[in-house]
Amino acid sequence: MLHNIPFIAVIVLIAIGLYGVLFKRNLIKIVMGINIIGSGVNLFLIELGYREGGVAPIFTSAPKLEMVLPTPQALTLTSIVINIAVVALMLSLVTLIYKHYGGIDSEKRRLKG
Amino acid sequence: MTLIEHAPILLIAIPLLAAFLTPIVGRVNSLLRNFEMIIALISIEFLAILLSYDVIRNGIRTYTLGAEIPGLTSPAGFPVRIILEVDAMNAFISLIASSITLIVAIYCLNFMKEQRILDKFYTLLLLLLTGMLGLTLTGDFFNLFVFLEILSVSSAALIAFYVQRGEALESAFKYMVISSVGALMVLFAIGLLYGQYDLLNMAAIADSIQGSFLDKVALTLLISAFLLKAGSVPVHMWKPDAYGEAPAPVSVLLLTSALVSLYVLFRIFTIFAINPVLLGWILAILGILSIFLGVSMALIQNNLQRLIAYSGIAEIGYIILGVGSGLVEFPSPTGFGFTAISGGLFHILNDTLDLGLLFLIAGAIFYLTGKRDLSIGGLAHSQPTLAVFFLIGMGAVSGLPPFNGFASKLMIYESVYYLNPLLAIIGILGSILMLAIFVKVFSAIFLGIPYDKELRKIPGSMLAVMGILALSIIFIGLFPNLVLESIITPATKALINPKNYIEAIL
Repeated sequence: MLHNIPFIAVIVLIAIGLYGVLFKRNLIKIVMGINIIGSGVNLFLIELGYREGGVAPIFTSAPKLEMVLPTPQALTLTSIVINIAVVALMLSLVTLIYKHYGGIDSEKRRLKG
Repeated sequence: MTLIEHAPILLIAIPLLAAFLTPIVGRVNSLLRNFEMIIALISIEFLAILLSYDVIRNGIRTYTLGAEIPGLTSPAGFPVRIILEVDAMNAFISLIASSITLIVAIYCLNFMKEQRILDKFYTLLLLLLTGMLGLTLTGDFFNLFVFLEILSVSSAALIAFYVQRGEALESAFKYMVISSVGALMVLFAIGLLYGQYDLLNMAAIADSIQGSFLDKVALTLLISAFLLKAGSVPVHMWKPDAYGEAPAPVSVLLLTSALVSLYVLFRIFTIFAINPVLLGWILAILGILSIFLGVSMALIQNNLQRLIAYSGIAEIGYIILGVGSGLVEFPSPTGFGFTAISGGLFHILNDTLDLGLLFLIAGAIFYLTGKRDLSIGGLAHSQPTLAVFFLIGMGAVSGLPPFNGFASKLMIYESVYYLNPLLAIIGILGSILMLAIFVKVFSAIFLGIPYDKELRKIPGSMLAVMGILALSIIFIGLFPNLVLESIITPATKALINPKNYIEAIL
């Protein structure tokens, strides 16, 4: 049970994020929701590579040969960078929308369809 | 030959380098920048033609990043590096993507002339091409995710190009929310597959996949995310907004990127092949729903680009109807299944040409009149060439005989008829309605009292690229067998024999 807790955290994070994206009307809260989903997925990737008692996967002068998997860490690093880019772009769009309409409530939108 | 060995990576590297070179060169001189961009695009086009020719003749080509020999895929018995894998199917799609981008870029030279931030526009255009080619050529799941995000970010920025319009900002935000949630779901699915098999290579995972419950969850997430990018029915809502608010040439590229994600979807379907009959039926039903919804929503639009966007949803419906009903016969589609899949793939090509031409015409009308709605009237008096192009595009998109849409739609109808006659009948009805819609548009824009305001001339380069599209529509319509035998049939064979794709890696 105890080693399942990170996976439960992943599910909870993704659920919170999806709730934010689907039910919140404030555009910034939607962006936050996407960021939370991203954190959940990143945590999932890290958790996949974890080995009990492993050390960081650096070969030079490692104390023992039991290491956590390096690939998921590389994936997570890339995914964090991509997430930053996505969130930055979305926040800049929100800023422009705020300047244009004077509000960031998604109910008061002009787009039809 | 070394150029052909390195062609897959060059196809991704050249647009990426050119993208970041563009703003630097643009600082010096805008003419030089245009020249640099066109040269880059022409060399990409040349490489794509070379690669397709080679792949169709000599079979699958792989490229391992960072290996001593590009062909060395799995030194330890399993693939460790990022591998690009090109067979006839990918080559076909990369050919479409690079040609359409070249055409759109030439069109933009004059269409976008009066805008101010052109350096960034062309950077984003080339990044979009990088994303499309990367999605097409890669054989690695994580790489797929990275290129998907490059594609989403650059297309969202391009949708919001008319920053002064609030609707453009809103539709870009909507697109970004939807596609980034979709991309995160792709990453989650990749994590699920990695956790079980410790592999990231698509072919290697396909070789060892068990079909467990987690695999099914992962595949469902992947399929829904790519359907969302393609804009089939249950997840089509971002499409009319994005296509309607983007500049018209960008809409053409968005359409092409939707077709690229359809390709990824079909690839995932065929190499994993878990429960293909059920999935094929689901795709066929979604296709029918897309056709129905696309044409019925297009009927009531009065913004030209939104209208074409809805008919684009219907055209995507034809493609997934064709390929879906082919997949029902999947393990060995021989009879109608083969015709259905090749009809669907043929329609990918025709769809880009037809809708691309219509979007470019919509752009030209916007260039002339500054209007996006249908309340123009009488343009045919002063712009007869544009009217002829529109007639060609209209005939092609609604599947009239001398044009290319007829050839592929006929293949889809006659093969889908064997699966279920009702599906074919709804498809034909959709085509007829499409014709009705575009006849209405034609009369609203081109016929009637001559447009009273003094109009400027359409630049020659814009007319020339529209002419190229129109000519290729007629050419493919008159000689469909030529295209079918040289490109489509090898692509279909590559798609329905996933064994070759898997064995090329292992």
